[in-house]
Amino acid sequence: MSLILLIEQVLNGLQFGIMLFLMAAGLTLIFGVMGLINLAHGSLYMIGAFCAAAVAAASGSFILGLIAALAGAALAGALVELVVIRRLYDKDHLDQVLATFALILIFSEGTRWIFGSFPLFLNVPEFLSGPVTLPGGIEYPLYRLTLIVIGLLVALGLYLLISKTRLGVQIRAGENDREMIGALGVDIAMLYTIVFALGAALAGLSGALVGAIQSVQVGMGEPVLILAFVVIVIGGIGSIKGALIGAILVGLTDTLGGIFLPEALKLFFDPSTATSIGSSLASMAIYILMAAVLILRPAGLFGARA
Amino acid sequence: MIRETYVNALTLLLLVAIPLWAVFMDEPFTITLMTRAAIFAIAAIGLNIALGIGGLVSLGHAVFFGIGGYAMGILAHHAQTYTPLAEWPFLIDGTKSMPLIWLVAIACSALAALVIGALSLRTTGVYFIMITLAFGQMFFFFAISWAEYGGEDGLSIYIRNGFPGLNTLAPIQFYGLCFVLLCLVLLFAWKLSKSPFGLALNAARQAPMRVETVGLDPKRVKLVAFVISGVITGLAGALFADLNRFVSPTMFSWQTSGEIMIFIILGGVGRLFGPVVGALAFVALEHWLGGLSDYWHIYLGLLLLVIVLFGRGGLIGMVSGREAVHD
Repeated sequence: MSLILLIEQVLNGLQFGIMLFLMAAGLTLIFGVMGLINLAHGSLYMIGAFCAAAVAAASGSFILGLIAALAGAALAGALVELVVIRRLYDKDHLDQVLATFALILIFSEGTRWIFGSFPLFLNVPEFLSGPVTLPGGIEYPLYRLTLIVIGLLVALGLYLLISKTRLGVQIRAGENDREMIGALGVDIAMLYTIVFALGAALAGLSGALVGAIQSVQVGMGEPVLILAFVVIVIGGIGSIKGALIGAILVGLTDTLGGIFLPEALKLFFDPSTATSIGSSLASMAIYILMAAVLILRPAGLFGARA
Repeated sequence: MIRETYVNALTLLLLVAIPLWAVFMDEPFTITLMTRAAIFAIAAIGLNIALGIGGLVSLGHAVFFGIGGYAMGILAHHAQTYTPLAEWPFLIDGTKSMPLIWLVAIACSALAALVIGALSLRTTGVYFIMITLAFGQMFFFFAISWAEYGGEDGLSIYIRNGFPGLNTLAPIQFYGLCFVLLCLVLLFAWKLSKSPFGLALNAARQAPMRVETVGLDPKRVKLVAFVISGVITGLAGALFADLNRFVSPTMFSWQTSGEIMIFIILGGVGRLFGPVVGALAFVALEHWLGGLSDYWHIYLGLLLLVIVLFGRGGLIGMVSGREAVHD
C-alpha cells in the first residue's frame, strides 16, 4: 500500500464527496427555506445528465452540454415547483414524501419513454482528458481534478450568495421567519421558486459532471439522492457548511473504506474471508458513520434544530 | 356514500369470492395475483401501525420485508443443498417448514426493528424519514455484496416450503394460508388500535408532551410500535419470497419501501382496511395498466399525485366520504 495510492484514493474520495455536496446543498437549502423533503431531487440530477448527454451529442460541445444541464434542470425544477411542489408546503411530511415519490415515478418512466432503457454516454471533453502530474509525481486524471475545483468554486459561490447578496439575506430570513419577510414585502412565492430552481440547477450540474465518468441512465439519481440524505443527516439539516463537511466525510469514508477495509481485515483473517467481509463492511461503512453521528449528535454536526 | 364498515365487508367478500371464482373458472394466475395482493396487504398493515397510528413515516420498511424474504431464502437454501446453516456452537440445519421459517423471520425482523428504531427514534420528522431510508439502503448494499447467498442475483428455491396438512404447491391452498394470516393480522391490528397501548400510541403521535405528563414515555411507545410494525412486514416478506420461490436484493430496495407506503395511501392512511384496499388496487393497476403500456408507472405516479393533492383519505375516504376516524 503505497503513499501514491493513498493520495489517489483520497483525491477520489474528495471528488466523490464534492459531487455529493452539490446534491446535498440543494436539498438542504430547499429543506431549510421551505421545510420540504424532496425525494425528486435525484430526478433533477438525472435530467441534468440527460440534457448534457443529448446536447453534447448533438452539438459536439461539452460546455454547451453543461449549460443545457443547468438550464434544463433549473427549468424542470421551476416548473415542478409551480405545478406541484408549492401545493405541498403546508402539508405534512408524509404527503411530501408521497407526492415527490410520485414525481420520481413520472420522471423516471418519462425519461425511459423518451430516451429508452439503454444508457447514454457523455464523453470527457478533449481539453480535460488525460492525466495531469501533481507535485510529488502523482498522475491523476485532469477531469476528476477539475470536478473538485468546480465543486469548491460552487461552494464558495454559494457562501458568497447566501452571506453577501440581497437574495441571500432573503433566503436566510426565509429560514427563520417566513411570515415576517412576507409582511416586509418580499414575494415569498417567487423566492421559493428561485430557491427550488437553484437547488435543481446544482443537482443538474452534478448529474452532468458525474455523467461523464459514469453512464447516463434512468434511475441514476436515486442512489445519489439517498447518499445526499446521509450527508444531510451527518451535517445537519439546513446548514450548507454541514453539507460540505458531511459530503467530504461520506465521500472519503466510502472510497477509502472500499480499499482499506479488506486490506486491514487481511491482518486477522485469510484473504478470501477478509475480502468478502471487508467489501460487505465497506458497503455499510457510511451508514455506520451516520449511526455514530446520530448517537453522539442527533441533530447532526452543524444542525441548529432537529 | 357508503359507510366504511360496508366497504370493509365488501373487501373481505372480494378476497374470498375472487379466488373461489378463479378456482371454478380454472384461472390459477388470478389466484396468484390475489395471493400477491394479500401478502402486500399484510406488509402494509404492518407499516400502517407505525405510520397510521404512530405517525412514524418510515421509508425503510423494505428492510423488514427483505429480512423476512432472506430468512426464508437462507433456511430453504440450506435445506435444499443439505448443508448446515452453522456447525458451531451447535449444529443448525436449514428447514423447509413454513411455521419455523416464519418464526425466524419474525425474530430477525424484530431484532432489526429494535436496533433501527432505537437509533432512528432519536430524531423526528424529516430526519426520521431520511434515516430509515438510509438504513434501508444499507441492507440493500449488504445483500448485494453477500456473495454467499447469491449477491446481486438472489436465491432461488426449487420447491415451495411446506405447511403441515396443506399442499402449498396448489395455488388456492397457499392463497388460503395467506388469507388466514391476513385475517389474523387484521384482527390483531384492530385489537391493537382499541387497546390501551394503541390509544397511547395514538396520543404519542398527536401530543407527545401530554403523554409524557401522564407518565408514559412516548419514545418507548413508538419504539414498541415500530418493532411490532417491522415484525408484521417481515412475516409478509417471508410469504412473498415463498410465493415467488425467489429472493433478491430488490426486496430491500427503497422502491419496495415506497410501494408499501403507496398501498396505504391508495387505500387510506390510518384506516384498518386501508392497506388491504390499497394493495388490491395496486395489484389490479399493475396488472391492467402494465398490460396497456410498458410505462404504467407514469399513470401510477399521476394517480398518486392526484390522491395526495386532492383526495385525502385514499380510496376508502373517497367512497365513504369521511375522514379517518382518528383524525
